[in-house]
Amino acid sequence: MTDLWEVFVRPRRGLAHTHVGSVHAPDAAMALRNARDVYTRRQEGVSIWVVPAHTITASSPDEKDAFFDPAADKIYRHPTFYPVPDDAEHL
Amino acid sequence: MTLADAEPELLASFERTIAANDRIEPRDWMPEKYRSTLVRQIAQHAHSEIIGMQPEGNWITRAPSLRRKAILLAKVQDEAGHGLYLYAAAETLGITRDELVQRLLDGRQKYSSIFNYPTLSWADMGTVGWLVDGAAIVNQVPLCRSSYGPYARAMIRICKEESFHQRQGFEILYTLARGTPAQRDMAQDAVNRWWYPSLAMFGPPDAQSTHTGQSMAWGIKRFSNDDLRQRFVDMCVPQSAVLGLTLPDEALTWNEERGHYDFTRPDFEELGRVIRGDGPCNAERIERRQHAHADGAWVREAALAHAAKAAAGTGDDVEPAPVR
Repeated sequence: MTDLWEVFVRPRRGLAHTHVGSVHAPDAAMALRNARDVYTRRQEGVSIWVVPAHTITASSPDEKDAFFDPAADKIYRHPTFYPVPDDAEHL
Repeated sequence: MTLADAEPELLASFERTIAANDRIEPRDWMPEKYRSTLVRQIAQHAHSEIIGMQPEGNWITRAPSLRRKAILLAKVQDEAGHGLYLYAAAETLGITRDELVQRLLDGRQKYSSIFNYPTLSWADMGTVGWLVDGAAIVNQVPLCRSSYGPYARAMIRICKEESFHQRQGFEILYTLARGTPAQRDMAQDAVNRWWYPSLAMFGPPDAQSTHTGQSMAWGIKRFSNDDLRQRFVDMCVPQSAVLGLTLPDEALTWNEERGHYDFTRPDFEELGRVIRGDGPCNAERIERRQHAHADGAWVREAALAHAAKAAAGTGDDVEPAPVR
């Protein structure tokens, strides 16, 4: 049984790597080659990351409300929180 | 609080997500039936892509020009890629790749009945692209909005690539239909053979479809089998006129009142027989896949052995080869 690798592709220079799917491979070099063949047949990327799926730590969807709660009541972090006088420009 | 106590709240949260037309993601709680329905549907779809390589692979060595051969190779490679996108999506539901492959090989999971028909002439490559991939696109475009995130994302990639498949098929038929009388006849014969099996790809009529109701309520499916079949017929009639080929249905007429074409339904008893294993190529397709899997065993074993050796640092050739 081969390992599962998550695949991230940078579509072009200036953009971040984005998750596109996964591949199976016995090692990192094969995972990269498989990812190239499966996810970039039409020049969809200029760079690929492969990450062993089991090494990813993720937040739990069950506790998403509690986990992201601290951000919910801090609307003053958004610029739209502040009224701006009509005659104040470039603000 | 036990899981049973929590379930009504989890279910309510799941239903709210579906109702808001939001997507369900892999680690979300989901009803067991939702999970198993998705595994069945995504696996069936993945297996179809893999088995679907055979009827076309059959013609790679006999393509009439280098251009056609290169195109057909790229198309068959895409089918493998589509199978892999979909296996990856299915695996997010907690089933392993090995289990999925095994279920195809021992017949516990199905693939599309269309691939149990033989590809008898080069014109079949055109017709499979035009009609079979055309029907697949009509089926698949709405799945880009499926409620299960990984499935919808895989379908977006697949649909982008399928339109090349359909156009290259149309081009083959368009060329043949303007060739010699023998080439024209070959094109018409292929369309005659593939028309009704293509209509059957949309599945049984709505009244007999066992999965449609629940799948639509859960947003796994967006339109009924009969609606999609009608949409496909309405698209194909004008396209066949452009090709200069006829569709083998004398009942095919525009119905002003309905705003759709009336057409003869495919033989659903035949569809049932082919699904149950009694089509022209069922045995051949599965046998071929079993052989290919067994023949590739040494490659999988060698790759694993190499990886184990490299990880242990005992090999001479531990440096991975650079990726081109």
